[in-house]
Amino acid sequence: MSGAPHLMLNWGDWFDLLSHFLSLSLISFGGALSTAPEMHRYLVEGQHWLDEQQFAGSIALAQAAPGPNVLFVALLGWHVGLNAGGLPAALSGALLAMLGILVPSTTLACLAANWVHANRGLRPVRAFKQGMAPVVVALIVATGWILAGAHASPEHGWSLWLLAAASALLAWRSGVHMLWLLGAGAVLGWFGAV
Amino acid sequence: MPPPPADRRPQPGSPADLFAAFTLLALQGFGGVLAVVQRELVEKRRWLTREEFVEEWAVAQILPGPNVVNLALAIGGRHFGLPGAMAALAGMLAVPLALVLLLALVYAQFAGHPAAAGALRGVGAAAAGLIVASGLKLLAALKTNPLGAALCSAFGVACFVAVALFRWPLFLVLPALGLPACWLAYRKIQ
Repeated sequence: MSGAPHLMLNWGDWFDLLSHFLSLSLISFGGALSTAPEMHRYLVEGQHWLDEQQFAGSIALAQAAPGPNVLFVALLGWHVGLNAGGLPAALSGALLAMLGILVPSTTLACLAANWVHANRGLRPVRAFKQGMAPVVVALIVATGWILAGAHASPEHGWSLWLLAAASALLAWRSGVHMLWLLGAGAVLGWFGAV
Repeated sequence: MPPPPADRRPQPGSPADLFAAFTLLALQGFGGVLAVVQRELVEKRRWLTREEFVEEWAVAQILPGPNVVNLALAIGGRHFGLPGAMAALAGMLAVPLALVLLLALVYAQFAGHPAAAGALRGVGAAAAGLIVASGLKLLAALKTNPLGAALCSAFGVACFVAVALFRWPLFLVLPALGLPACWLAYRKIQ
């Protein structure tokens, strides 16, 4: 990480970091990853708080690690803090970023879930859930498809697609545990097969 | 598999139970929790049927914010109100957050190593396949949908093509397909 920027952040900068994520929370439809281009524009190109490697690495690490993908936001904050000085700053950055991205959307989700449950017998509510069902099931498949192509490049394109397809087929049709599939992916990647 | 009768349905016993369940669930979620959440809540714990899961997912999906987090809030809130929602949220995030920060510290030592980057790539591809599989499993939930098989396939295929192949943004695709689908469903149910 020799190329990482060295930062001096004042209180105003920390506040800007928090409000940046606060402002993205309510437009992050389909998950926080959908606002990643906006974060890149601000953190890397605008403020120069992160370099390209730290930004891309944050997303890749969060995807490989267990837990929801939104944790990549914590890693972005973590790396901003790290560039500004030691571990306490990195921890503060991670927490501020997570609070910003989650507090508005979480508040809305709690209110909406309560309302929908209280009115679950209403015809419009039932129609909404039934009508959206085929769309959201297809969206899940589409999410997997997009992630499968995320790392595809000319050098290891088809082998990555093949690995993803094999993993999908085995998980769908056989009872093989997902950790075996992920482990196989890691081993194949480690030895350069994909 | 037929759902058990309503009074015998397995349920979380306390907010602590929710916290533990969502922590365990999140920790199995390499490459995102989407693939695990369906398996754990529907197939293993049976807190939800496939049909209920798809309904909850529809709400979690159209709201802003991470879908799996929205789903955890809804399920936690359903059983124990705000404390339940917060317990499920904390379960989904607390331990995985600590773990990912630790991993960032460790990975910083190996970032330049091509094998480590390759392993990350391989895990990513396998994880993507798992997400596809959980979507395919949920197709079964559409059998009882009032829209019927033909309309369900039409909306599903259109959504997949628009999002996965054309990469159109969700804020266009969801209303463009969702509004006619919901309107048709409204006409078909009483």
